Amino acid sequence: MRLFSDLIFYSVPYDKLVAPVCPEAKLRKLVRNMIYVGVVAKLLEIDMGEVEKAIRKQFSKKVKAANLNLAAVQAGYDYATATLPKRDPYFIQRMDKTKDKIIIDGNSAAALGCMFAGVTVVSWYPITPSSSLPEAAIEYMKRFRVGPDGKATFAIVQAEDELAAIGMVIGAGWAGARAMTATAGPGISLMAEFSGLAYYTEVPGVIWDIQRVGPSTGLPTRTSQGDILSTAFLSHGDTKHILLIPCSAEECFSMAQDAFELAEQFQTLVFVMSDLDLGMNNWMADPFKYPEKPIKRGKVLGKEDLDRLGGFARYKDVDGDGIPYRTLPGTDHPGAAWFARGSGHNEKGQYSERPDDYERNMERINRKFETSRSFVPRPEIVANGKSKVGIIAYGTSHWAIVESRDQLRKECNIETDYLRLRAYPFTREVHDFVKQHDRVYVVEQNRDAQMLSLLKLDVEASLITRLRSIAHIHGLPMDARSVTDELMTMEGK
Amino acid sequence: MATTPTSTPPPKTNRIGLAVMDYRGGKTTLCAGCGHNAISERIIDAMYEMGVKPERVAKLSGIGCSSKSPAYFMGRSHSFNAVHGRMPSVATGAVLANRSLMALGVSGDGDTASIGMGQFVHLMRRNLPIIYIIEDNGVYGLTKGQFSATADLGSKLKTGVINDLPPVDTCAMAITLGATFVGRSFSGDKRQLHAMLKAAIAHRGTVMLDVVSPCVTFNDHEGSTKSYKYMKDHDEPLQEVSFVPVFEDITVEYDPGSTVEVTMHDGSRLRLRKLEEDYDPTDRIKAITRLNEAHEKGEVLTGVFYVNPKAPSFVDLLNITEQPLATLPESVVRPGREVLEQVMEELR
Repeated sequence: MRLFSDLIFYSVPYDKLVAPVCPEAKLRKLVRNMIYVGVVAKLLEIDMGEVEKAIRKQFSKKVKAANLNLAAVQAGYDYATATLPKRDPYFIQRMDKTKDKIIIDGNSAAALGCMFAGVTVVSWYPITPSSSLPEAAIEYMKRFRVGPDGKATFAIVQAEDELAAIGMVIGAGWAGARAMTATAGPGISLMAEFSGLAYYTEVPGVIWDIQRVGPSTGLPTRTSQGDILSTAFLSHGDTKHILLIPCSAEECFSMAQDAFELAEQFQTLVFVMSDLDLGMNNWMADPFKYPEKPIKRGKVLGKEDLDRLGGFARYKDVDGDGIPYRTLPGTDHPGAAWFARGSGHNEKGQYSERPDDYERNMERINRKFETSRSFVPRPEIVANGKSKVGIIAYGTSHWAIVESRDQLRKECNIETDYLRLRAYPFTREVHDFVKQHDRVYVVEQNRDAQMLSLLKLDVEASLITRLRSIAHIHGLPMDARSVTDELMTMEGK
Repeated sequence: MATTPTSTPPPKTNRIGLAVMDYRGGKTTLCAGCGHNAISERIIDAMYEMGVKPERVAKLSGIGCSSKSPAYFMGRSHSFNAVHGRMPSVATGAVLANRSLMALGVSGDGDTASIGMGQFVHLMRRNLPIIYIIEDNGVYGLTKGQFSATADLGSKLKTGVINDLPPVDTCAMAITLGATFVGRSFSGDKRQLHAMLKAAIAHRGTVMLDVVSPCVTFNDHEGSTKSYKYMKDHDEPLQEVSFVPVFEDITVEYDPGSTVEVTMHDGSRLRLRKLEEDYDPTDRIKAITRLNEAHEKGEVLTGVFYVNPKAPSFVDLLNITEQPLATLPESVVRPGREVLEQVMEELR
């Protein structure tokens, strides 16, 4: 029976081979796979010196274990040399494409980014696939954020649930800390009420959503981009939030810094929409670049400012950008205090049910959101200026698009332009891109074309019909083939 | 007739030069006679007398009549009126961000013992430095008088509805879970509440005070167990509570047989003249037993049930640096280039 026409089978008597190199019977099960490593090394012509280097690195100081494993590798190698004539066309060639590259998972990259962004308060509740983000933060911060006096320059708390996790972020953000939490879809749902409080009281905070398949428990160990719509408008009433969307480990690192800058600049929550594939899997990446921009804390008034100004109104739009000034609890000035409340309030933060106060405040918050369009990360655009077909994608869907565009060009001569979204709200470039193309395929990993829905709300009405959806919901990382096939069909090829 | 020029005496000030007016807030919008207003007054007095700088205080609350009250005292303190039942987490974040703040949480029985139970118990477990006050009237006032989870078995609503579920004893829970200063008082007992609040200010760790505070609109009638009359008839003080702040150099003799003296974190002294022979407020197990007994006997026990000034607080456990985390400079919170290079090298 043939399973696939391109499969070639080599048979290897593992048990027979492992016995002589591993006298201790109970260890044989653990070592047996290294026979395979040796066979593959021979068949694919992998340099045994490199194999040994990798094994010695893996076992570091456990010399005995390393030697045992190496012996098994050698046994496999020798067996293949003696008895397996090469029948497949594959071999490994030494290249330097990985020179200087690092290997890291997105969650660790995010944790590192947060550490270099100066995060001081982290609260979290364990949930797959986000737990490894705060856990990496704990490891890094213990190493690099403890002062010479042995005291921590951070606080990390495992909260009792996601409600408490975001509550702590908001309390810390109100008190002036760079605070964050990490969660997944179910946690995002639980954070809905508090998100509205932060939006309306205008308190900064960063929330990592490592998306997994929903609804409900869904497929907790599978990847998705299914929280876009619910997070963009998380909470009741008129609420909307800034979303940042990394596609790589490098961006998990850099967007951590963007997220804190934007959160404090706009005094609002910023959600970083990662996903399971990016967060939990290892990725090859360029070494991260040290942040060059100094940390900015937004419009915060201190004692001296208040002495000079005589006072302030917490929710007044002084600069016309919708962003008000705030003071931090503990500011040593009798006029510093303001009252943060989720109930209706006027410019001074006093309780108010007056229709004009409510309306003015909500319009100002909207103005603030509009201002943020010019500050969020811009999309990445690859365009030749001639193509009529555009592709919009975001996050980890990016990697399928890179390959799919090549396939489309080679297989059916479709030249595509490509825009990779990196943030919500959408910047000017997104509108222009839709305008410049007859057909724009929005590729994403959810059922309901969530990003396309957001785009429909934002682009000119006449452009809406140009948007088409290619949506995948199977929980596996998106592959180029299925994008290519679907796009070709829709293009009538 | 010769007249002596009169001059108004300068306003009385406390040890940091502030007048009691500096501790006042907005005009209350709660009902006249509401117990919560009396508690606000006691907070003002205690903070004034202890000479706490208002700018150092962070007021936090949830949702409900009680949670509105921070607008009515200490207008020079920052305040956060958060969401229903979830003030503890907001307070936790604020204290971690700035450990020099004195956190004062004001909650109600609905806000704590129903919707907020989850966060309440975990706040108590952590022994976060905070004064957590439950203004406890047994009903939901803002939604017009439904029973809360602290309403006693058999207590009657105005509409005649009888409560047929047992009450949550927030004090017994707090002691069980790890709070280090736990007591109950009555908004109508000015002296006791005043002394307890001053001791609370001197404590470092979680102070949990359940203050019975009658709701004059929905729960002050015959048949209610949270009315002024019921409290006057059933209030069983365990001790006479008095407090000697560290800055008052008073030495008054006391009889160790009849009085327990507890030295607080800052050196102040809490004096409890025993009204019950063998009550020891440093014994957790006995405190819980005594509270359970009180339920059996139908007493409303008040006083300091448990105090432990030596337990490490959550801030101590986390080993946080002395400077507020919120305002640490970039040079401290952003590790240097060499750190990033080192990490990158490890990942190659």
